[in-house]
Amino acid sequence: MQLIKQKASKSTVRSFKKIAPALAAASCSLLSVASNTALARGEAGTWDFEAASLFYAESDDRVVAIEPVFSATKNYKDGEALNLKAAFDALTGASPNGATPSAAPQTFTTPSGNSTYTTDAGDAPIDDTFRDTRVALSASWLAPINRDWEYSAAFYGSKEYDYLSIGTSGGIKRYLNNKNTALNAGLSFSSDTFEPEGDIPKPLAKMSFNDTDFAASRDSASDSKTIIDALFGVTQVINRNTIMQFNYSVSMSDGYLSDPFKVLSVIDDTTGSNFGGNLADNIDAANNVYLYEARPDSRIKHSLYWQTKYALANGDVIDGSYRFMLDDWGINSHTFDFRYRWQLGSSYLEPHFRYYMQSEADFYKRYITETEYNAGKLKEATADYRLGDLDGMTVGLKYGHKLDNDHEFNMRVEYYLQSSSGDKGFGLLKDQDLYPDTKALIFQVGYSF
Amino acid sequence: MAELTLEPEDNPAQHLLPKLTGNRKLWIGCFQAMASDCELLIEGVDEAQALALLMIAAKETWRIEYKFSRYVSGNTMDRMNTSSAQPMEVDPETALLLNFSEQCYQLSDGLFDITSGVLRKIWRFDGSDAVPASVQINKILKQIGWSKVDWHAPKLRLRLGMELDFGGIGKEYAVDRVVLALNAEVDRLLKQNALSNYSFVVNFGGDLACSGPRLDGSPWTIGVENSERDQTTVATVSLSQGAVATSGDSRRYLLKNGIRYSHILNPLTGKSIIDAPHAISVAAANCMQAGMLSTFAMLQGEQAEEFLQAQELQYWIQR
Repeated sequence: MQLIKQKASKSTVRSFKKIAPALAAASCSLLSVASNTALARGEAGTWDFEAASLFYAESDDRVVAIEPVFSATKNYKDGEALNLKAAFDALTGASPNGATPSAAPQTFTTPSGNSTYTTDAGDAPIDDTFRDTRVALSASWLAPINRDWEYSAAFYGSKEYDYLSIGTSGGIKRYLNNKNTALNAGLSFSSDTFEPEGDIPKPLAKMSFNDTDFAASRDSASDSKTIIDALFGVTQVINRNTIMQFNYSVSMSDGYLSDPFKVLSVIDDTTGSNFGGNLADNIDAANNVYLYEARPDSRIKHSLYWQTKYALANGDVIDGSYRFMLDDWGINSHTFDFRYRWQLGSSYLEPHFRYYMQSEADFYKRYITETEYNAGKLKEATADYRLGDLDGMTVGLKYGHKLDNDHEFNMRVEYYLQSSSGDKGFGLLKDQDLYPDTKALIFQVGYSF
Repeated sequence: MAELTLEPEDNPAQHLLPKLTGNRKLWIGCFQAMASDCELLIEGVDEAQALALLMIAAKETWRIEYKFSRYVSGNTMDRMNTSSAQPMEVDPETALLLNFSEQCYQLSDGLFDITSGVLRKIWRFDGSDAVPASVQINKILKQIGWSKVDWHAPKLRLRLGMELDFGGIGKEYAVDRVVLALNAEVDRLLKQNALSNYSFVVNFGGDLACSGPRLDGSPWTIGVENSERDQTTVATVSLSQGAVATSGDSRRYLLKNGIRYSHILNPLTGKSIIDAPHAISVAAANCMQAGMLSTFAMLQGEQAEEFLQAQELQYWIQR
């Protein structure tokens, strides 16, 4: 009897949850906002604006890009927000066309087929007709459904001289555990059309130096691709200082995924020089053989992303993230990103370090050998360094200053160094630098009000 | 004594002006707000600085009191409680407090509820034996329950007859806000090299928070009022960081047939919590957290200790 009684009374004792950390987080979010200026930005009925201009310059007179961006957000009563963004890019300069440097000068036909350009002996072949402007517009809508659910929808369009991209996306977010956990899922769809001047080259067709052959090397006037992205993420407040995020995303591309401006050199098996001197294509011009690249017509990418932000007692914030990407082209990559936000009163300084390493695609080839070319069995090949083995490092510093009126001014300087590696070649090719470094300087100024 | 000046709009409730006593070693500032003696202890500053800090503390406290008091017609609280079931939009500070209250409601499984203030219409804690009848209680329960409130920051819609009351969090909120305001001023003085070292405690009738240990490194020692009538200090708390808040039934209860009905009411049953400790003090990072934990613990009645043990924070309990 006694025993049963004891048992019964024991079972009535509730076991209590530890809610102190959740309360700490709740009270901190309440007190972290100044009472008088609370939420001046993001307040219902107001517009928030952001203007920024980015300047990107690669070394050796390569690509220079200037991108002004203007963004406006309108906040509505129920926490709904409409964001409109416009970006304008102006790109000029030159980009490597994929061919190997050579001990002799090399001549290439421009992508339009209208003219040729020549690269000096020993120089990296660069297509300097690269010049483009781009206008991109986007609109996104974010709205709560109820206390725990939120949805978003967006439309996007961008237009370049020869490229059109339109897309739409939608997402849903679910808050759990008093908003300490957020689950989100998103889906996006985009359709891109490429219409280069001089049409789309046939895969692995030979670059020609006369009009008849040029027409024969062309496929169609335009081609397109579709991209579907899906994302699943969890954001978790770990404690009052730490927030962590995990994402998995999958991206499926279908259609024309090649770059119509990129070629590969064919190299003579015995000498290591450009192959083609004995072909009587055009007696006046060099007869080196270059093939337009060909990539598979589908690609599936998986990425895993982890980010942790940690706030120190003095207001500084440490932000670290890691991304792993794997695709069915045989590429995998690792990205490590680290930022430290150093709060200095109403200003902050944010050093940034990023390291990126990538393995090459299965069909990446710095060049094609004479044997491979004559066998005619290659189906896919690219010499685009962006699909090769590469390491990239970014070192940067951002400075921001919050003005008394809640406006913020910020500027960012970053230096990017990219080095590639791979097959060093043979014969004469061994003397050439097949993997020159890419260096770029990035400068951005921004103002939000 | 330096001159005290205060603009009328900084003292909307026309409280007596704050008083500063003490000396360079320790300044003691006092003022009245929220039906409590509000006290500010400051070390390391000169008299003019102490006075300026005291004024900042009083102004911020009075601002919060005036904005959220149930007794000021036309203020923020009044506009919410007289909205007659019409949707309305609240300012950002109120929105943050409502969000916080909502989280407290969820974390306490409905025991902490800012809509439960209407219970005071039937429960009058005057020391008498006027315990309300269950018919009365059931009727008023229909007007209680945060889950019935339509809250979509910043939009609020209260059902007819429902009222909100920040009484359970207002004082703790004011303590934390005053600490933030004082820290901001002290930072300014430090930057101007007008100050080298400081320490302070904000104490609003047992709900207190400090900036850190005293200048000699020792903890602040604060007396917590006894729950009994005599007001003698029986418990002292030592505080080197963070905050302490106290919930208790001190001098507010009903006594019927030998049962002491505490003024802590359960919003789910509409009844007074029986067998709750006389007073509970909890130490935590800030006063809001400490205050909520001590209140939640009181609401657990006889299981207050078990609840507090699970929180793994320092606490004091008076049975």
